[in-house]
Amino acid sequence: MKPERIKGRVWVLLDEKGALIEDIDTDQIYHNAYLHITDIAQMGQYALGNLKGWEDFPSKVREGDIIIAGRNFGAGSSRQQAVDCFLALKIGAIIAPSYSPIYFRNAINSGLVVLRSPQIIDLLAQKKLTTGDIIEVDPVTGQAENVTKKVSFLAEPMSQVQREIWKAGNLFAFGRRGIKPGAK
Amino acid sequence: MGQTIIEKIIQKHTDEEVKPGRIVWMDLDLRTARDFGGPNVVKNYEREYGDDPLNDNRRTFFTFDLCTTSCLLRYADNQQICRQFALKHGVKVYDVDWGIGTHVLIEEGLAKPNTTCVGTDSHMNLLGAVGCFGQGMGDVDITFAWRAGRTWFQVPETVRLRLPGKISPPATAKDLTLFLLRQLGTKALAERVAEIYGPAVEALSLAGRITLCSMITEMAGIIAFIPHISPAAQQRIEEYTGEPWLAYGADQDAVYCEELTINIDGLTPQVALPPSPTNVYDLAAVKGKPIDSGFIGSCTNGRTEDLEAAAKVLAGRKIKPGVRLKVVPATRRVYEECLEKGIIEVLFRSGAILLNPGCGGCAEGHAGLTGRGEVQVSTGNRNFPGKQGKGEIILASPEVVAASCVLGYLAGPEDL
Repeated sequence: MKPERIKGRVWVLLDEKGALIEDIDTDQIYHNAYLHITDIAQMGQYALGNLKGWEDFPSKVREGDIIIAGRNFGAGSSRQQAVDCFLALKIGAIIAPSYSPIYFRNAINSGLVVLRSPQIIDLLAQKKLTTGDIIEVDPVTGQAENVTKKVSFLAEPMSQVQREIWKAGNLFAFGRRGIKPGAK
Repeated sequence: MGQTIIEKIIQKHTDEEVKPGRIVWMDLDLRTARDFGGPNVVKNYEREYGDDPLNDNRRTFFTFDLCTTSCLLRYADNQQICRQFALKHGVKVYDVDWGIGTHVLIEEGLAKPNTTCVGTDSHMNLLGAVGCFGQGMGDVDITFAWRAGRTWFQVPETVRLRLPGKISPPATAKDLTLFLLRQLGTKALAERVAEIYGPAVEALSLAGRITLCSMITEMAGIIAFIPHISPAAQQRIEEYTGEPWLAYGADQDAVYCEELTINIDGLTPQVALPPSPTNVYDLAAVKGKPIDSGFIGSCTNGRTEDLEAAAKVLAGRKIKPGVRLKVVPATRRVYEECLEKGIIEVLFRSGAILLNPGCGGCAEGHAGLTGRGEVQVSTGNRNFPGKQGKGEIILASPEVVAASCVLGYLAGPEDL
């Protein structure tokens, strides 16, 4: 069963100057040099491996950690590996103001929790959200709290299909629950 | 209530009510995978569905275009995995001799107006150029589509984008595309569809339509349609599909989330400097920057018209000693047309390196990479850090790439 709430330590994807990085593309998340890999267990070691300043992310991250990213996260290629590498690391959730459309679908279909929250931009500006904080979020309602700094905030609630796929585990498991195969 | 083009296409493929924001189950006419993503689809499929048949093997295709020299063992292995699966399930493989999958789908008349098509290619939406709702997806999505023949989709909002004004040489379709990236960035069309109107886009060749539609991905958009079409582009598409061009137009009372107008009069050549395709400048502002190499090709600028434009610049000229120019036709058919028109000979005699069709310089393998410190001017669509090796990538039109390779620095044909 899926937990009702996701709790984890936060990594805020900032650049060298301390600004939230926007438009992080899939070559920065999971470089095309490793696209031949089909075993998910092998993908975690390359997560964010081409994002300047974040190359050592896989060695620092722990199971259940939550990534805070800038808008249009996952721009570029359609590669599933850019989602799978985070599943391999057992990332608890990604929260960003927005995602590239393909990336958002890929994450939903794989059961990786991706939530939209434009509000995080203000929280970051007000220093109410920083790397190392513990946050807790209800992905279904979008109610979230920075436990460390005792600040509440909101993410957009999951759509029905996102919720159902997440609860089932992934698109395949969801499909077995009654999506009739067969185009008209 | 009237519908936009995307709403009409989705409506044709679902019984559910179609309106922006609603999630509907949509039938898929074409379901494809490449040598990238394809092996993952095979692995997913066999794990999830075992020996179950595909929903429709006649509408399922492999298109190999990423590593069409099979020069890396890992890709050679992956291609073989796809071929074996294809044999077992009766799936046609457009193998490494065909070229870029999206372009092959157009040339083979498979991607038709008002149809839906998915594949493991984020530039699948360039099929908007022929009125087809193409959409790039990851391997989980594609695996499911191969088995179910349909997928969920959130009906996107549509932006009506008006482009008054004309483009005249030396500006090209690529310059228009880069100019729109400059104006719209990754926000204006994010998660939306664009319908583009205006005399300049409506006069584009099929190649020009493809150039423009291919880079909607770089604007974070879903797809673009250009409802009005030039006679030449229409004739080309009708030759490929064998059917009259009956692409949907939007209803008079269609509802748009936003209307945008960008005047393109006086457009001049544009280039995108690293680190992103939206980092666009007038060529005039950055002219003279030294370059080491060039690339002409990709799903954005790999058509006969693109290579012909480069050949016009290079005819009777030589690429500067020390500069390398790689040329990769989009497809085998493009290569053949270029042979017949003498374009290949002009490019060869100028000193260009010609490679077999495929995605070429946009990914690892096939056309090689850039080394640390190398500056490459490219007709591709992405210049993110590390995209094509460790060098810097500057995006430009075929004319600008050709002229820059003759001079050894960023320049246009008018500088020769």
